[in-house]
Amino acid sequence: MTALIIVEHDNAALKDATLAVVTAAKAFGEVHALVAGSGCAAVADAAAKIGGVSKVLLADDAAYAHPLAEELANLAISLAGSYDAIIAPATTTGKNFAPRVAAALDVAQISDILEVIDTDTFKRPIYAGNAIATVKSSDAKKVITVRGTAFAKAAATGGSASVEKVAAAAKTGKSSFVGAELSKSDRPELTSAKIIVSGGRGMGSGDNFKLIDAVADKLGAAVGASRAAVDAGFVPNDYQVGQTGKIVAPELYVAVGISGAIQHLAGMKDSKIIVAINKDEEAPIFQVADFGLVADLFEALPALEKAL
Amino acid sequence: MKILVPVKRVVDYNVKVRVKSDQSGVELANVKMSMNPFDEIAVEEAIRLKEAGKAEEIIVVSVGPKGATETIRTALAMGGDRGILVEHDGETEPLAVAKILKSIVEAEGPGLVILGKQAIDDDCNQTGQMLAQLLGWPQGTFASKVVVNGNDVDVTREVDGGLETVKLTLPAIVTTDLRLNEPRYASLPNIMKAKKKPIDEKTPADFGVDMTPRLTTLKVEEPAKRSAGIKVASVEELVAKLKEKGVIA
Repeated sequence: MTALIIVEHDNAALKDATLAVVTAAKAFGEVHALVAGSGCAAVADAAAKIGGVSKVLLADDAAYAHPLAEELANLAISLAGSYDAIIAPATTTGKNFAPRVAAALDVAQISDILEVIDTDTFKRPIYAGNAIATVKSSDAKKVITVRGTAFAKAAATGGSASVEKVAAAAKTGKSSFVGAELSKSDRPELTSAKIIVSGGRGMGSGDNFKLIDAVADKLGAAVGASRAAVDAGFVPNDYQVGQTGKIVAPELYVAVGISGAIQHLAGMKDSKIIVAINKDEEAPIFQVADFGLVADLFEALPALEKAL
Repeated sequence: MKILVPVKRVVDYNVKVRVKSDQSGVELANVKMSMNPFDEIAVEEAIRLKEAGKAEEIIVVSVGPKGATETIRTALAMGGDRGILVEHDGETEPLAVAKILKSIVEAEGPGLVILGKQAIDDDCNQTGQMLAQLLGWPQGTFASKVVVNGNDVDVTREVDGGLETVKLTLPAIVTTDLRLNEPRYASLPNIMKAKKKPIDEKTPADFGVDMTPRLTTLKVEEPAKRSAGIKVASVEELVAKLKEKGVIA
């Protein structure tokens, strides 16, 4: 069997989420990788080096400069005939276009898988991760999105796949990219960071996130936030860790002023070590924390920065 | 322009779901059911567009058990104009729901379909995108801002790196994210008025849609539990413990 994975990238570099997808896709046997973009040859070369990828399909066309769901889906649909599975990361890009592919192929999509049991059977979270369902698909072709934190990353180097150019699919022309406000940061990305320091409603204001930033900079960590902190306008939406934000599983997760709502826990409970700093010793976050510190964060954070 | 708002009846978001001891699913007996929170946001957005003069009629549709009538009534009390219940007991997979919605869209001719980005029970995040593909329409998913201008709609989307805006030619599909708006509460007079608003009753067979699930749930388990660790007394002790574990240098 052969799986086609859709490579996530920004036309310059391949995103880490792709590597976990390769690992999940290996269960199907051969893995081919589709790189759709504009001026993205470097990404195709990087994809060709991923261990386990045997062929790279490169669709280099202005239509794919931004990953518009309509165009990306049409391309994947045009290639789907040769594959047993189409697999994408469960990122906002993957979640956006993959169901269109499934609908066109008249198959059920299996969203956000955590484990491949066999090529028909998968584990996936339901009810915000409060339950894990094992589901078996009766469709001949599979369309799958993969939760990146649930799979080990394939080696980014060592492979030597061939790169084959493929034609762009017919354009729908019904959607266009207007603009983006992407957060610029020298810090690592949340979904690939080894250490994350997150703040919650207890931070009190966006300005106070400077205290988090200072600790994160000492640790080389990414900065995250709870939904409460994002809803309160302290930080932008892309900081959000949780069921409806980003799912993360770093080596170390430091939750500061975060009470530990279910929806937040769903996004970070697979972290290797969890530290909670909260002045409320009854906060549910302490029930999942390896190390809990009951303290006023406005004293603890500066002290932590100094101690590191 | 008409706006179609599909809504789903789900376990209330405040309920802590429990996995059944025989692992056949989660406990649904005597559990409070409500409108999927993302769908409430969709209803609110449709009402705001109507209030702004961008839409004339809001049609609320739900595919689900008889009890989903209540969910439709809630949306009508918020400000929807009429409802359609497509009654089905049992699984409602996104693909089958999208096929039913496609038929309804073709019959009603809305300019916009606004729905939640995902249901908080199965967490699929598929229905809007599938419907868009089946109709050959563009989509703006995970919306945090929706601006209708004549024949286009600009949708600002919450994406992994921040925000992104796309322009879609109407008719189009919009799926809602959390920060699009804050849904209103229905007032008592509006709840009373909603009781008189019409709800059409249909079945999947009326649309020729086969509801047989493509996915069979073999079992449902509790996720692996994390146990609470230890409390440390000071920042110094915390740093020492983390060094001991080798997670910081």
